[in-house]
Formats: sequence, C-alpha cells, structure tokens
Amino acid sequence: MEKLIPTLIDGLNLGSVYALVALGYTMVYGIAKMLNFAHGDVIMVGAYTLFVCITTLHLPLWLTFIIAILVCSVLGFIVEKLAYKPLRGSSPLAVLITAIGVSYLLQNLALLFANTKYGMDKQFFSSFLNLGSLKIGNVTISGVDFLIWITTAVIMVGMMLFIKKTKTGRAMLAVSEDKGAAQLMGVNVNKTISITFIIGSALAAIASILFAAKYQFVESTMGSLFGIKAFAAAVFGGIGSIPGAVIGGVIIGIIEAFSTAFLPGSVNAASDGFAFVILIIMLVLKPTGLLGKQTTEKV
Amino acid sequence: MKSFANFFKTKKTLINVIFAVLLYVLLFLSFNKSLPLEFLNLSRTNQSLAIKMSYYIILAVSLNMVVGFLGELSLGHAGFFAIGAYSGCLIAKLLVSMGIPSVPAFFISCIIGGLAAALGGFLISSSILRLSGDYLAIVTLAFGEVIRSFSKIIPGLGGTIGLMDIPGFSSRTVEFTCSFILVVITLAVFKNITNSTHGRAVTAIRDNTIAAQSIGINVKAYKIKIFAISAFFAGVAGVLFGYYNNNIAPSYFTYNLSIEVLIMVVLGGIGSIKGSVIAAIVLTGIPDWLRNMGSNKFFNFIADQRMLVYSLVLIIMMLFTSAPAFINFRKKLFGNISNKFNFKNKNKKTAEEVA
Repeated sequence: MEKLIPTLIDGLNLGSVYALVALGYTMVYGIAKMLNFAHGDVIMVGAYTLFVCITTLHLPLWLTFIIAILVCSVLGFIVEKLAYKPLRGSSPLAVLITAIGVSYLLQNLALLFANTKYGMDKQFFSSFLNLGSLKIGNVTISGVDFLIWITTAVIMVGMMLFIKKTKTGRAMLAVSEDKGAAQLMGVNVNKTISITFIIGSALAAIASILFAAKYQFVESTMGSLFGIKAFAAAVFGGIGSIPGAVIGGVIIGIIEAFSTAFLPGSVNAASDGFAFVILIIMLVLKPTGLLGKQTTEKV
Repeated sequence: MKSFANFFKTKKTLINVIFAVLLYVLLFLSFNKSLPLEFLNLSRTNQSLAIKMSYYIILAVSLNMVVGFLGELSLGHAGFFAIGAYSGCLIAKLLVSMGIPSVPAFFISCIIGGLAAALGGFLISSSILRLSGDYLAIVTLAFGEVIRSFSKIIPGLGGTIGLMDIPGFSSRTVEFTCSFILVVITLAVFKNITNSTHGRAVTAIRDNTIAAQSIGINVKAYKIKIFAISAFFAGVAGVLFGYYNNNIAPSYFTYNLSIEVLIMVVLGGIGSIKGSVIAAIVLTGIPDWLRNMGSNKFFNFIADQRMLVYSLVLIIMMLFTSAPAFINFRKKLFGNISNKFNFKNKNKKTAEEVA
C-alpha cells in the first residue's frame, strides 16, 4: 500500500507530459486531418536543444527554455511548409508515409549530430531544475512534480480559452469543421494550419523541458515510441478534443506507472507493450474516444 | 487439374517459368564459382547477401500486397515476421532434434510459421475492420510493438536473448536453392492473385470502397484475406531469416524493420511487384557494396547513414509522385510520359486492359 501514492504521482507526471504531447497531436489531427508522425521527434529535438544550451553553452535557464521553444516552433513551421503543404489534397497514404520519412530524418540527423559531437546518442542532464520538495506524511512531492502538473493544467485551460475566444482559435475551429467553407468565409486556411503546427511544436518543446527536468536524459529515439503513446492518449480522449487529450494522457500515464510498479519483474520487460494493448483495445472498441465526436463517411 | 493445365497454356506463364529456371541455373553456377568469367562468380559476402535479399524480397512483396494492392498502410510487418520466425524456428528445432533432415524440416516449419503469422494477420485484421487510414496504420504499428515486447516475456522464447542454435543449411548452395524456391512461390502467388477475379475485387475496394460494396463485393472478407496472405508470407520470410541467422531475438523485430520494408515498397513503386523486388535487392545490397568500394569518404558516409539517406529519399519520392504541384510540373515537362511515374494512372490502365 505504501507504493500506491508515489506510483500515482509518477503516473501523473508521466501522464501530464503525455497530455502536452497529445494536445499537439489532437490539434494537428483535428485541423490538418493528418497524423503528424514527426511530432514525437520534435520533443527529441527540443530535449537536444536544451542539452546543448545547458551543458555545452552554459546559457541561463530562462534563455534556454525560450531557445528550445523557438527552435521547435520553427522546426514545426518548416516541416509543415516543406513536407506536408505540397501534399495537401493528395492521398492520406502519401501524407502518412512522408510524415514517417520526416520522423526518421529528424531521428537520424539527431543521431548523427550526437555521435559526432558527444560520441554517444544517449546523454544525461545534470539536474538543472531544483525547486525543493514538499513532504506530507510519508510522501515526498518534488517541486518539479508540481511544476509539471500546474503547467499542464494551465496550458489546457489556456488552449481551451484560445480556441473559444480568439479570432485565430475560431478560425482553427472553422478549418477543422470544413476547409472549403472556411476559405469562402475569408479564413486563410494555409496560415491557420501553419499556426496550428507552430503551437503544437511549441507545446512539444514545453513537454520536452518538463521531460528533461523530470527524467534527465535525452536520446535520439526517445520521441518515436513516446510520441506514439501520446497519440494513443489523444485517441483515448477523442481526437480533436482538448480536455480529452489531457484526460487520455493522464490515464495512459497512470496505467503505465501502475503496470511498471505492481506487475512482477518477469512481466516488466513488456511494460512498453501495455500502452499499445490499451491503444489497440481502445481503437477497436471505440475509435471515437472518450470525448470525441462521431462522424459518418459520406459518399 | 484443369486450372493447372491452363497454367502452362498461356505464353506469359511459360516465359516466366523459363526465365525463373534460367535465372536459377545462372545463379547456381555463380554460387559454385563455376562460371567462366571470374567477376560473375559471387564472393562469400555476396552469397550471404543473396539470402538476405531473398527474405527482404518476400517481405517487400507481401507488404506491397497490403499497401499497394489493398491501399491500407500496415506498419506491423515486423510483427508478422517475428511470429513466423519464432513459431517456425521452434518447430524446426524440434523437428531436427527428432532426426528429420534440415531441408524438409525447413519447409515444414515455413508452412507452420507462415500459418501462425497468417493467424496473427487474421486476428488483427478482423478486429480492426472498422478502421482505415491513419488509425489502421497506428493499430498495426502497436500490434508489431506488442508482439516484440511480449516475445521478451513469453516463456520458451528465450527472453531478450531470443532463440539460439536454430538449425541451418548444410551449405550455401542448398540455402540459396531453398530461398530461391520461396521467392519464386511468393512471386507466383501474388502475381496470380493480382490477375484473378479476387484481385480485381481488391483493386475495386482500394479505389472506392463504397462503390465496391454497392456492387456486392464483400469488403471485410477480402480485407481479412489479403492481410492473412500477406502475413503468411511475412512469416515464411521470418523462418528463412531464422535459418539464415541461426539466432532470433526481439531486437531484430523492431518497428524500424517495418519502416525499412515500407521504404522498399515505396521506392519500388506502390503497387508494383517488380519494383518491390528490384528495390529490395538494391537497398539490401547498397550498404555493403558501398563499403567494399574502398575508403571513399562519401560512400562510407552513405553506407553508415543508410537510414538518413533513405528517409530523405522517401520524402522526396513521396513529394515527387504525389504532390499535386509536382504532378502538374511533370505533366508540363514530359507530357504523357509522366503517366508512367504515376502509379494510380498506371493501375487504371491495366484495369482497362483486363476489361
């Protein structure tokens, strides 16, 4: 029983990071109607940027965070412009394969960079964010934990307000509803999709900061499976729904933490598999997710 | 029997059979280093490369069946490959320990490994019939990862170390003959499916599912069938891989393998069996050939950064073949020749010819 609350905290941490990444997936999927396979790798690029800024360049932390967010946003923008925009209107298969190509390109570029610069692609951060900790009874909650939860909650509420209240947000809603009609109403579809990609990548950068602060490592392949689990979270909550992505992320994170903590050691080697089993079950039974909308295919 | 008699009546089949036999004789001589010209004989590395190419050809052609023919993206091919490899190699070990010679044991385990993989394909495809496109791709990817992570913990599969001491062939020539036979069978089966009534039904499903359904084509049954057949051959390739490598482990069956095979399918041309074969041969050979070309820095870089180059080529290929702007540009530049590059148009043409 004494493992229960620490595991729950672990799950909330992991789940909050998943939630931030899932927000990016859900927005891009909802608006551009494409699965951005490279989204997970944007986190990896963000984490490497942090690593280079902190360990090699010794920049102040606030500047490091801004640089990471900027690098990821610009990356998201460029990828969308160069790889995805030319394919708008062609088959979904072509877009998906291109996205896989982009994901592999980013991974291998990072691998090449890390190998030539540091000799190894998995690198560890020295703990760069120390916020003290809070002790309640037997349970210790670190400042980083609080930071992760608060950031995720603030971003979720912020995104919901942004979509509902601002002009750009409403343009996004319009584009996700009907691209053609939105264009006729004077919405600049290309610009809206670009903004979506930039926001999604910025969220991925924030996720990478929180990930690095909590787990303190970076690796060229860290984004690919992580990203797919986050996509699982987005699907779980219902694609297109912002609170759904956060709920899905937290649920997947908690399930993963509990399966790692409570299953016997011999089964633990397959802990990665459990998130995917949940994904398959979820997609098979309820593809629209918890908070998603049902759509029917028209002829 | 009637269909068998018809089989040899068509001229095309006869030519294909003669071609396969001639190719086999040529390669056989080259394997035994008995061709008159020295450079035609295969070196040891190229001999082993030829086996590697065989299982990549089978993988690429079977994946092309799903991607190009059914029009659904499957990212779980490594999963079927793994199911085939594990079940087939377990059977092969058992059979050889019972005293059965390795070649018949190989073919028996190929069938069993293939059937096990086909069962996996049947289960996964029948459970995801409601899905298509991105969701289907993600589920197949998840399926591959589930297979890989569970192969680590299922007792009897050797954990992360995997299965060791899988029986091999007595010589490279025997190994080559067996893999050549498998490749020919795979190509023959897929060629026949694509040219049959069933094949045309599947093409109809790919081009317009709703229209196909409205004229009475059983979309679900065909989807399951194609998935199962594709998985069967991926499983057979897995057994061949086990025999070739003498060891299989979960680390061989990552999602990277599925992507590598997908790259072969895309580069060879989605929907083209010939293209998949050529792409599988070239992409398997290139890293080794480049490394053997001497200490040229550029070649070595490409050989080491294989996946980097492939991913770039993949993006450029997709933009070139599918982006509306590029297609228009090509039409302006080459006129009607550009239709040759566009796989969709090409398939439409063959459909008209058949009708």
